[in-house]
Amino acid sequence: MTLSELMPGKMGIVKEFTDLEMSVKLMEMGCLPGEEITVARVAPLGDPIAVNVSGYQLSLRKFEASTIILQ
Amino acid sequence: MGNPNTGKSTLFNTLTGLNQKIGNFPGVTVDKKTGYSALPDGRTAEIIDLPGTYSLYPKSQDESIVFSILADKANQLRPDLVVVILDATNLKRNLLLYSQVADLKIPVIIALNMMDLAKKSGIDINVDLFAKKLGVPVVSIAARKGEGIDKLKEAISFANKFALQEASIDVEAIAPQLIAQISNEFTLDNPYYALQLAHQHETIKFISAEESARIEAIEKEFSFHSQKAQATETIARYNFINDLLYDTVKVPETAKDETVSNKIDKILTHRVFGLFIFLAVLLFMFQSIFAWSAYPMELIADGFVWVQNGLHQLLPPGPLTGLLVDGVIGGLSGVMVFIPQIAILFAFISILEDTGYMSRVTFMMDKLMRKVGLNGKSVVPLIGGFACAVPSIMSTRTIENWKDRMITIMVTPLVTCSARLPIYTLLIALVVPNRNVWWIFNMQGLALTGMYVFSLISAIIVAFAFKLVLKGRERGYFIMELPVYRTPRWRNVAYSMYDRSKAFVFQAGKVIIAISVILWVLASYGPGDRFEKIEQKYHQPQYTKRLSPDELQRAIGSEKLENSYAGVLGHAIEPVIKPLGFDWKIGIALITSFAAREVFVGTMATIYSVEGSAEKMESVQKKMGEAKNPETGQPVFSLAVAFSLMMFYAFAMQCASTVAVVYRETKNWRWPAIQFAYMTVLAYAASLLAYNLLK
Repeated sequence: MTLSELMPGKMGIVKEFTDLEMSVKLMEMGCLPGEEITVARVAPLGDPIAVNVSGYQLSLRKFEASTIILQ
Repeated sequence: MGNPNTGKSTLFNTLTGLNQKIGNFPGVTVDKKTGYSALPDGRTAEIIDLPGTYSLYPKSQDESIVFSILADKANQLRPDLVVVILDATNLKRNLLLYSQVADLKIPVIIALNMMDLAKKSGIDINVDLFAKKLGVPVVSIAARKGEGIDKLKEAISFANKFALQEASIDVEAIAPQLIAQISNEFTLDNPYYALQLAHQHETIKFISAEESARIEAIEKEFSFHSQKAQATETIARYNFINDLLYDTVKVPETAKDETVSNKIDKILTHRVFGLFIFLAVLLFMFQSIFAWSAYPMELIADGFVWVQNGLHQLLPPGPLTGLLVDGVIGGLSGVMVFIPQIAILFAFISILEDTGYMSRVTFMMDKLMRKVGLNGKSVVPLIGGFACAVPSIMSTRTIENWKDRMITIMVTPLVTCSARLPIYTLLIALVVPNRNVWWIFNMQGLALTGMYVFSLISAIIVAFAFKLVLKGRERGYFIMELPVYRTPRWRNVAYSMYDRSKAFVFQAGKVIIAISVILWVLASYGPGDRFEKIEQKYHQPQYTKRLSPDELQRAIGSEKLENSYAGVLGHAIEPVIKPLGFDWKIGIALITSFAAREVFVGTMATIYSVEGSAEKMESVQKKMGEAKNPETGQPVFSLAVAFSLMMFYAFAMQCASTVAVVYRETKNWRWPAIQFAYMTVLAYAASLLAYNLLK
């Protein structure tokens, strides 16, 4: 499954990425394969989402989250 | 240098105090903050505040200069020593940037910030071991509290001239042949520098086109793929970081309680309340901008009038005095009165940013704004536009995506700014009856609210049009850190108010003074001997006997204006503006208010021979209401003309400061030109439509 399908409050582990360009940016921000990732909340209009990863909170659009495949 | 939200600016302000200045990095529109700090050994260090970035691979314009400053050996700004500031509560992500800088082999020391917060949340850092493993001096600080600053200054003064830090990763392993080839051809001794050149050669300015082409050829030869190499490098760096942190940092294993920040977010970004709270914050902001600035603005305006009156009495009357006092100082006062609004707006913006609420607003609004070609981050400038487009356009720099930023800059001046307010109130009072409808709604108030809502809708429609026309240079991203909530640092708020006001006065001030001087000349001189003839005419006894000296002065002034270059221009453009319902007098006001919209009221006052300017609004209104069209005998300011005028002021780019600031932010005259053109066309079309519908 991808990160965009993860329900708020649930945790997953990053496995791989489907988009190379996006993956470079995500990894720089500490979102790496093997890293635990939790969906903290969803914006009032349903997009973007906020996730907790490697000790801080990151916001990303649903489309961007759909390029992250979880274990 | 350091990641965003690590307390970099706070440390910079603490080290330099007020001893800092803001300029531009050469060739790019990125604010360069430099300052001086006295070191314990008696030397003075020049300190540069580099834009916050997560890595040396730039994502925005601001970030792109970081590598150029660090790597270009010919750059005068190239630092002797880099102080990398790391957030001790989030070392992992922060260390990525450090490891990149370290591998460039520039002398470096680490300032470990927020040590107090790290201790509080149970993070145990073995600083000595950490320093030993990296091979660099590490100083623990708490920049907000001012702790550890002396030790940091000491470390700066004792720092090595040579880079002694340990290498972090095996850089050569990423692209061995390519690095060897580039190092060989360009005689480089640093493999990471060679690799960075391969990644960034297309965008950096310090290598020639031939050198860049040669690097491109080498990349082809060894089939180098920039993004794949970046991915490999980032993974290698995080492996190094994880090893380092495993040995030196103990993070409590116990499941963390819900943080305070999360609790706040549950309310502030709540599905229903979130947007309402945001609206309430906005409302409060506007109210304050208008309410708090009213008194200081009046004070500044009165101060200038006092100075002008004083100078008129001191200096001998003549054209030079007129130019200085009415042209230059008059123009200057037009700029200065906006300082309170700008300062207050920026105080709010910096508080909202400092607390972390602004990133939540961006988070909540992104979906809505994206639909019309904007970005969550466009919300801030659009809202600021209600006060003044100038600082709002300056605040678009936080938008990384080029296309989103340009569209935001292009539509921000459409939002009803405070300079349009006096015009709207004057015209609405003339034609809309002061009556209540449905018991509680005042018709004049409804008309004014309507103009504000209308401006937002038009900004959104125009943004959508630009979205279809403009070609994006890069893919849009919204990968953004949501920093934890913090109390604002009042000192930073004060600095931001001071900085922005200063930048506004100096940058926009130059242009507005130039234009007001030109307008003053156009309004005070006429072609040929027309002025002399007017003087002679009014010196004849039939006038001097019948009229009091004051009335005579006003009559002369009025007729002179009609015959001045501005008046001649007004007559010249009359055929063009006639379809909109405007006569030559309104034409002069349109021309003079090119420099600033609020000049309209003053010009109207002069044309209708009323003493004073904005203070005498009542009588301007009365005179304008009584003005009759000589041909038809109907009032000049009918409902159709008034609304046509308001439409014109709603759309037309009549603000020299905005033109100047758009040029400053885009560094290209094409953008202000396009903006001016589209806004003028819209203004004319909207006026024409309004006049013909209401006529």
